[in-house]
Amino acid sequence: MIDVRGASAVALADGVRAGKWRARDVVDRYLDRIARLDPALGCYLLVDAAGARRQADAVDAAQKAGRDPGPLAGVPLGIKDIFCTRGVETTCASKILRGFVPPYESTATTRLGAAGAVSLGKLNMDEFAMGSSTENSSAGPTRNPWSPAHVPGGSSGGSAAAVAASLCAGATGTDTGGSIRQPAALCGVVGMKPTYGRVSRYGVIAFASSLDHPGPFGRTVEDAAALLEVMAGPDPLDATSIPQPVGAYRQAARAGAAGLAGVRLGVPTEYFQAGMDPEVETSVRAAIDELARAGAKIVPVSLPHTKYAIATYYLICTAEASSNLARFDGVRYGHRTAQARSLDELYAKTRGEGFGAEPKRRIMLGAYVLRAGYYEAYYGKALRARRKIADDFSAAFAGCDAIVTPTSPVPAFKFGERSADPLQMYLADVYTVAPDLAGIPALSQPCGLTRAGLPIGLQTIGPALGEEICFRVAGAFEARTDWHQQLPPDAAP
Amino acid sequence: MARIGPEEVRELATLARLQLSEEEVARMTGDLAAILDYVDALRALDTTDVEPMTHAVPFDCPLRADRVAPSLSVEEALANAPRREGSFFEVPRIVPVAGAPEDES
Repeated sequence: MIDVRGASAVALADGVRAGKWRARDVVDRYLDRIARLDPALGCYLLVDAAGARRQADAVDAAQKAGRDPGPLAGVPLGIKDIFCTRGVETTCASKILRGFVPPYESTATTRLGAAGAVSLGKLNMDEFAMGSSTENSSAGPTRNPWSPAHVPGGSSGGSAAAVAASLCAGATGTDTGGSIRQPAALCGVVGMKPTYGRVSRYGVIAFASSLDHPGPFGRTVEDAAALLEVMAGPDPLDATSIPQPVGAYRQAARAGAAGLAGVRLGVPTEYFQAGMDPEVETSVRAAIDELARAGAKIVPVSLPHTKYAIATYYLICTAEASSNLARFDGVRYGHRTAQARSLDELYAKTRGEGFGAEPKRRIMLGAYVLRAGYYEAYYGKALRARRKIADDFSAAFAGCDAIVTPTSPVPAFKFGERSADPLQMYLADVYTVAPDLAGIPALSQPCGLTRAGLPIGLQTIGPALGEEICFRVAGAFEARTDWHQQLPPDAAP
Repeated sequence: MARIGPEEVRELATLARLQLSEEEVARMTGDLAAILDYVDALRALDTTDVEPMTHAVPFDCPLRADRVAPSLSVEEALANAPRREGSFFEVPRIVPVAGAPEDES
């Protein structure tokens, strides 16, 4: 049996498929690590040991009987607590959903299970995916495995930290303004946000419906590609899922090893400006040099509306959130106030007690920008700005095949450093929100460590349905460097 | 420039069905004012003749066949109800009953 610390998901699955080791043993090793290390990290909101062992036994039985146990046979995954899991409590890290046991399963997790993957449990996050540090979880924060004084990023901070600490072999996340890529960068793992609609949103609790992108986390580029191949595809249960066939992502990731001859990589001048940490800039520029040595042609590109991206994003996402979060009213599921004499009072008290500060702020801002009289000046304006930002990318892709940038302007920050000022927290998303607004794929992978030992992320952005070029570029970088093999310390004795 | 005051925050909170404490109203007023100042930068952007972008990818609303298919059972749909009565979600009385004491449930 291999040591699961630092193990790749595809290597674990290959061993299970070949009968070299049992899924049950793999799962037990991860459960041991969770029991030993997670009390200090706080990645998991819920560990479903019995369910995980049952799923692993089914994989082993299929393998023994000569049936195909699936491409992800026995791969233990952590599931962000925004994905509804049938029979397993799902809270979005919110008090208002405490005790909610979904009667149905999200399409993405259904597909992962059908491919042989095993769910270890539910991962911590910022409440309703609103945040960039996991400090907004009602269950308390997750710590960065590289340094417990630092945040893991967010909102999928539990997912990124669990993969980094080998508390699962891969994880699911969602990315609305950077919530997969930013924590992946801050924890030193791979995170992929595919094209909008590439992965079904069915059963994923809605934050901002036109911006929510489910996607995978992996230890390696190929791991993320293998998970996305399974998660992606049209779904009759999500009218916005896209019909095109799913690409050969694993093959694209492996093809990167052969180099990037003929690939033009755009570097946007607007992404290398004031506010960037100098160590981040040095690492990302070195990574771009490495991609040039791999054969890529580096070309300057311009994304002139970048400076409007954060404002545009927060107007649209809060408008959509205020509408989506209206469903949490204490009537059908979740928390209900103990004292209400009228229906109106029941709604207001339930929501006042159940939501944390950030969802309240976004519901209020969304209600403001959608108000009659303000709608056109704020929400309408933002929808027009969104098109200008998306058009920037279309123009840039006329001259390049993919765009490379830093994922986050800063490495992991300390707890409390940004949480006092919501605007400071929003600005952490400066390099990640634009691909969400445009709905185009983008991947973050580790490309360095600061002197203090904190990970730095490289972002590769592709055109719509350009997942394969993202995986190929990332695969090329990974084949030529060993940043993905660096592991955080195993803290507990 | 603070264009939003505590009065409007209270009014919005009522519309959003969100009970806020006075402390929350004060904090929210400051936060919203700062965020609205920040997003004001968008005014500098000329969006004349730009179509609003409501969807990330070109999108035609697909139609499925209009066929009856299995869905959640009543028991499954009610399993998470904080309070239920028979096959219904129970909520406080909406229509007052003349002469009846106020419902304290």
